[in-house]
Amino acid sequence: MSANHDDRHDSPDPHGRALRLGIGGPVGSGKTALVAALCRTLGPVLRLGVVTNDIYTTEDADFLRRAGVLDPERIVAIQTGCCPHTAIRDDIAANLDAVESLEERFGPLDLVIVESGGDNLTATFSRGLADQQIFVLDVSGGDKVPRKGGPGVTTADLLVVNKTDLAKHVGADLTVMSRDAAAVREGKPVLFTSIREVPEVYAVAEWVIGVVEAWAHAKRHPHGRAVPTTNA
Amino acid sequence: MLRSLRSDPPLTLRQTGPGRVHLVSTAAGPLGGDRLELRVDVAPGTTLELASVASTLVLPGQGESVTLVEAWVGAGATLRYAPEPVVLAAGCAHRMVVRLVMEDGASVSWREEIVFGRHGERSGACRSRFDATYVGAPLLRQEYVIGDPASDASPAVFGDARCAGSVLVAGHTPASPPAPAEGCAVLPLAGPGTLISAVAPDTATLRHRLTWGERHLRPGDV
Amino acid sequence: MTSAALLLLADSRLPAGGHGHSGGAEQAVRVGAITGPEDLARFLQGRLATTGLVTAALAAAARDLASTHRAGAPGAPEPALDGRGGWRELDAEADARTASPAQRGAARTQGRLLLRSARRIWPSAALDALAAAVPEGAHHPVVLGVVAEAAGCGSRDAALAAAYTTITGPATAAVRLLGLDPVVVHRVLAGLVPDLEGVADAACVPLAWEELPAHAAPVLDLLAEQHLRTEVRLFVS
Repeated sequence: MSANHDDRHDSPDPHGRALRLGIGGPVGSGKTALVAALCRTLGPVLRLGVVTNDIYTTEDADFLRRAGVLDPERIVAIQTGCCPHTAIRDDIAANLDAVESLEERFGPLDLVIVESGGDNLTATFSRGLADQQIFVLDVSGGDKVPRKGGPGVTTADLLVVNKTDLAKHVGADLTVMSRDAAAVREGKPVLFTSIREVPEVYAVAEWVIGVVEAWAHAKRHPHGRAVPTTNA
Repeated sequence: MLRSLRSDPPLTLRQTGPGRVHLVSTAAGPLGGDRLELRVDVAPGTTLELASVASTLVLPGQGESVTLVEAWVGAGATLRYAPEPVVLAAGCAHRMVVRLVMEDGASVSWREEIVFGRHGERSGACRSRFDATYVGAPLLRQEYVIGDPASDASPAVFGDARCAGSVLVAGHTPASPPAPAEGCAVLPLAGPGTLISAVAPDTATLRHRLTWGERHLRPGDV
Repeated sequence: MTSAALLLLADSRLPAGGHGHSGGAEQAVRVGAITGPEDLARFLQGRLATTGLVTAALAAAARDLASTHRAGAPGAPEPALDGRGGWRELDAEADARTASPAQRGAARTQGRLLLRSARRIWPSAALDALAAAVPEGAHHPVVLGVVAEAAGCGSRDAALAAAYTTITGPATAAVRLLGLDPVVVHRVLAGLVPDLEGVADAACVPLAWEELPAHAAPVLDLLAEQHLRTEVRLFVS
């Protein structure tokens, strides 16, 4: 029994478990805001759980709670020992354990969001942890960031460029960012958001629903492709 | 009812009340080479309180001194063991062994206080092993080692404390233990019982901390 | 004899969640008990002589128990499954030696994570039996001992790995939290090699489980309980 149970979560076989979506990106780019926005928009239609790797204070918990649609019990915080990238890439055991505990307590779930701690441009999620991943940048880092690339920008399944409302104040050219991102990402999607102005993040939510549906479809048709994979 | 009370110097047992016995030191020590044994049986359903009149000063001598306390607490019986502190005089080499066996429904409060040397002197050496079982299952196994350069003054072990102590309250688990205070924590065990553990710069503070823990554990009972 | 598998077992890169545990160092730094390499060295030495010795002895005992099961007749029913004289009893011995609920919680979490990874790295009947016998997650040293057996290590290797990880976690945490020179901290660790050898030897003295070392560190218990109640924590323990 126990062996089956482990296999369910450890193998890439999607049967019987939720889609795991990693959300990463540099400090302050708006990861927590995006998680809150997705909870608000998707909460009514998907069964959700959240694992956060950020330094989690009562303030953060309150922030997510105020998002209003997710039972605080469905948010699990893990401590990464000052190494946020280790916890999502090199040693994913604690995150897997947290995801599993959420599914055990509240399952079945459709989607578990794993929010990374704030890190740099090289941080990405292990494929052993996240089935799909979103990398969040913001325009205040400058419009050259997409051109620099880095594994987060180039390999994420979705790149979100947030705080577009600040572009004119920081002199960031969204056209340049869009063109450079398209070039380094070989056609994988890029979405521009201003979570402050449009807290429903419709376009991102739509993308997430799309990957969750593909995942659920793969569950029902085990011999088909799991999820449209856009990179090897 | 006390069925039997037997003792030889340097420790004498005196009944000081119904169900209450005091340990009275009638000679110095223990000294190196001494071996003292105390065996306590508390019959099912009965109550015993054991205390001592003064602290025990462990002194150097020929080799190691040993005190062995074996206690059996029958079903539904109650034992309160609260002797005064053991003081490790400089140069002593002491070993304390406690074996506490509890049957179903036994209720025990067991205090130990160890002082690292008399005022202003270095502590003698001591190994103090405590083993408690409850209905055959291990409840608490602890060994304090004092006078070992590897752990003395380690900020992980005793820090800069000059004494350490604990009260094991067995057969009782608190509904909500208090948050740890300075130098003292109330620790619900995995089995039926709670350990109040404290370190302190002096014996008065140590006793104060242990009493604080007991009061939080059993309001109105201490 | 030391096996190469020991290197894998003791490597901090073993993906089993160890990087999230500071073994009391985060709280010790917070309260000012560790400020630099000198008090870190005393912290580590004391932790090794207490928690380190106890975990090493438990790991060696677990390794021996797993080895006994392996020596049983092929295809025989797994004796650990019923829990008698087996995993639950050894786990209870670990419980009795861990008075602090915060430390028990941390030990079980680490044990659960190690078991999760190890069952995929070194699949074995003993690891499956342990998972079945203690579904809530066995204490880390108990799991480590069984993993050691599955990886092909002897008892002394199991003890060494257990003792070693009790000091590398806090040492690394101190580097991260205080910005200490990592070379200086590694010199501190190098200085503890004789202590490690001594602890591994002491941990392998054949004793009944009830007689295994039970060295306590009251300050570590206090730190663990305080840490659990601190709002901003970067480490699990």
